[in-house]
Amino acid sequence: MALHFELVTPERLVRSEDVYMVVVPGNEGEFGVLEGHAPFMSTIRDGAMRVYRTDGAAPEEVAVRGGFAEVSEKGLTVLAEHVED
Amino acid sequence: MASLKELKGRINSVKSTQKITKAKQMVAAAKLRRAQAAAEAARPYATRFAAVMASLAGKVSGDSAPRLLAGTGSDKRHLLVVVNTDKGLCGGLNANVVKEAKLKARALIDEGKDVSFYLIGRKGRAPIKRDFGSMIAREFDTSTVRTPGFEEAEAAASDLIGMFAAGEFDVAHLIFPVFRNSLTQEPVSTQLIPVPAPENPANGAAVVEYEPDEEAILAELLPRYIKTQLFGALIEREASEQGASMTAMDNATRNAGDLINKLTIQYNRSRQAAITTELIEIIAGAEAL
Repeated sequence: MALHFELVTPERLVRSEDVYMVVVPGNEGEFGVLEGHAPFMSTIRDGAMRVYRTDGAAPEEVAVRGGFAEVSEKGLTVLAEHVED
Repeated sequence: MASLKELKGRINSVKSTQKITKAKQMVAAAKLRRAQAAAEAARPYATRFAAVMASLAGKVSGDSAPRLLAGTGSDKRHLLVVVNTDKGLCGGLNANVVKEAKLKARALIDEGKDVSFYLIGRKGRAPIKRDFGSMIAREFDTSTVRTPGFEEAEAAASDLIGMFAAGEFDVAHLIFPVFRNSLTQEPVSTQLIPVPAPENPANGAAVVEYEPDEEAILAELLPRYIKTQLFGALIEREASEQGASMTAMDNATRNAGDLINKLTIQYNRSRQAAITTELIEIIAGAEAL
């Protein structure tokens, strides 16, 4: 039970990996995405995404600007204009 | 017939030119590899973005569509965004792009439209100014940075969107060189504003929830789409420039080599002729004694 997570900027594919959960700062509030999430699309306000590699693990923060998230059956794809690792 | 000394001077000068073209060719080859890698790396974003746009644009249509998608309702004033390189020494690349831009401009003028230009890159300015001097709306300078990246694309895009919002044009076309391989770079022209509707809108099989609603997302994505398009054009330009430069400099190096061979033969012949005449003079002198 892993969520496929992709983070893409215009310059490169920043990461493409399987994680447990990602908490995304959506424009209308934060939302967490686990595996099997319903298809969903949202714009993201500038801020930090929290990536949980495994259940209960300490989250890893990735700051994004100008982002957009799409959840499909293939997983979570975040398109961001700028990423600060 | 040039004197021996003159010939020697020419050979040396061609040799140093050859050194320069050779160096430039190797630099271009190295840069081309980097530019191609950058183009490769930019592809995932573009494909995913296009997919999202396709699924969204199919859902939002009619009167509620944002102006960047629906247009101003008129197509009288056209803006040609022409992407040229900043540096020369790249063969016919810029000439081809300018030619395409001028063709497009003439075709539009013949249809009775108003045409203006938005020039990116320094090398397009002079040739377009010659024919359409009064129609250049704005110039965008990319020569201050070594490799134009997303920041430049962003700046140019917000410039364009500002002009569109201010009602300075109705339709914008983007003309830029597309890198096929290091031998061919084709200038292509695509419509930039209003954003062309995707050809195969995804049929709404999957029920997708939107937050905020579709229109708000689309309104936010359209400017980004334009940025992405401009960024793609800049990346293609970079690869095309290096590819064309590599080919042009390869040709120049080979030409210089041919020229050196020809000049060396000529030099040797005149040297031999000079020696022969000298010998004849000595022999004639000895016989006279």
